[in-house]
Amino acid sequence: MLLKETELKKLANKVRIHVLKMVFSAQSGHIGGAFSSTEMLVSLYFHEMNFNPKKPDWSERDHFILSKGHACAAQYACMALAGYFSENELMTFRKLNSRLQGHPAAHDLPGIEASNGPLGFGLSIANGIALGKRLDKINSFTFVLMGDGELQEGMIWEAAMNSSQHKLNKLIAFVDWNNLQIDGKVSEIKEVSPISKKFEAFGWNALECNGHDFNELISAIQKAKQSKEKPTVIVCKTIKGKDVSFMENQCDWHGVAPNQEQFDKALNELIIKGESLGK
Amino acid sequence: MENERKATREGYGDALLELGKQNKNVVALDADLAKSTKSNKFGKQFPERFFDVGIAEQDLIGTSVGLSITGKIPFASSFAIFICGRGYEPIRNALSYSSFNVKLAGSHSGLMTGEDGATHQCIEDISLMRVIPTMKVIQPLDYWEAYSAVFKMSELNGPMYLRLCREKSPVFFDSNYEFELGKSNILMEGKDASIIGCGPILENALIAAELLKEKNISVEVINMASIKPLDEKQVLNSANKTGLIFSLEDHSILGGLGSSISEFLSSTKPTKVVRIGVPDLFGESGKPKELWHKYGLDAESIMKTIELNLKEK
Ligand SMILES: Cc1ncc(C[n+]2csc(CCOP(=O)(O)OP(=O)(O)O)c2C)c(N)n1
Ligand SMILES: [Mg+2]
Repeated sequence: MLLKETELKKLANKVRIHVLKMVFSAQSGHIGGAFSSTEMLVSLYFHEMNFNPKKPDWSERDHFILSKGHACAAQYACMALAGYFSENELMTFRKLNSRLQGHPAAHDLPGIEASNGPLGFGLSIANGIALGKRLDKINSFTFVLMGDGELQEGMIWEAAMNSSQHKLNKLIAFVDWNNLQIDGKVSEIKEVSPISKKFEAFGWNALECNGHDFNELISAIQKAKQSKEKPTVIVCKTIKGKDVSFMENQCDWHGVAPNQEQFDKALNELIIKGESLGK
Repeated sequence: MENERKATREGYGDALLELGKQNKNVVALDADLAKSTKSNKFGKQFPERFFDVGIAEQDLIGTSVGLSITGKIPFASSFAIFICGRGYEPIRNALSYSSFNVKLAGSHSGLMTGEDGATHQCIEDISLMRVIPTMKVIQPLDYWEAYSAVFKMSELNGPMYLRLCREKSPVFFDSNYEFELGKSNILMEGKDASIIGCGPILENALIAAELLKEKNISVEVINMASIKPLDEKQVLNSANKTGLIFSLEDHSILGGLGSSISEFLSSTKPTKVVRIGVPDLFGESGKPKELWHKYGLDAESIMKTIELNLKEK
């Protein structure tokens, strides 16, 4: 590993603290799904993805598409920590004239590859990027992160067929499998499991891992990178609202902002968690 | 104007629940936004008549059409942008073409949607729905008009679209109010100019009209909740009376209520129609009031637009 596991854990903790502050300050936004995706994003931005924050349009870069765009607060936090822009700017999130729109806007913020928020687009966009890079003989990877509820959108499966049709072996998709959407449990609204088997039937490699465990995540990504023919999906078992006790596994924390008391309590829990990781 | 504020989506949810008690044929569907559209109230009370199809807006329309074929009266809801946008082609071809009896409700319309940003602020739904033959389009002014419209929609056959808002807005009417398709109502009398608008944004028109009164300018304010069919008689009356019309909507100035009024008047009684709405631009994140100000839809901007055009009259 380039960064040690504890360093990654500390970064994940910083990301969560930023997300909490951003959503609290805007009094709107999505914490639950940002927290469930945090380790995936940190693995990409701080270990597995090739990019240059000073040259966001560097043609050899790996691309990343946050298909579940509502989790963008966590992506913005990673981008700030990775040097795309200052951490101060994070506090403009969702406010008038900000580059950090409520859902990511590619034309506003360099480093955001595509605009997302409306669910279901991301995999098609990632396919297009992977196809384009192949035409240009560029060997970099294309990553995309989808929600498990998002898999209910038909467009995902239209795209999934295309990824395997074109043998997009440089395409690596994550599914944030937290079994929650807005109205309740994914399994109770419109079950998407078995996710791996579905993707396999669509011609993909499928891997499963604990989406909060950096060792598992990184070894899955590294394995996916070895694929010679097929695109790979990494189905990540996660906890929505991870690391704040009263937010974990609660679909009501999908898209609401905490009040002052809830904010203080959440922040305190995250700070204690951070301290437990050592200096 | 009372001080009470309630969102039109609340009117939808409360009416749907009540309607469900009265009419066993009513079913409700949503696409994972039941808490936001307020269809969850119906869902809790009548789980066997409520279908959450998940995040799948095309499926939402198709399933509703199927239920209507069996004689049910489906009310399908989501955010305006997703039901009208993602659902568009099925709405046109599977639903409206054969005029099935499905009622659509789109919440979170307009810039008023706020911090979620441009992707979630639907400013083209009136336009999109209006051009579909057989489709009717309604945007209630307040909670009670939304409430009443739901009942009216259940009584009338054919596809209809109800445009709803997320934010709380003033309550004008009460439980006795009855919405009528094709009918408007006058919120304020006036003789120098007419504002014909739809939805909660009319609050700004009323404030502007009050401010103009102080300058001896008298403006009538009309609530055109029935966008299609349009209350043509009232539009014609206003054109004859004041000869200067301002349309007002939290919607693009292209294709919405203002366009509808202009289309009608240009061939019956050519009259100047100034369309006040979202310019031909995407919105952005911000608070509803900040956005209305930035895009020229707040009371002050409306007042200025009216003054400017009256000078030229
Ligand atoms: C096309 C579309 N329909 C509806 C929504 C509203 N919406 C935002 S997030 C969400 C639930 C997403 O659930 P999931 O994909 O499981 O994400 P996560 O649990 O990771 O937050 C919904 C329905 C949307 N953004 N796009
Ligand atoms: Mg989920």
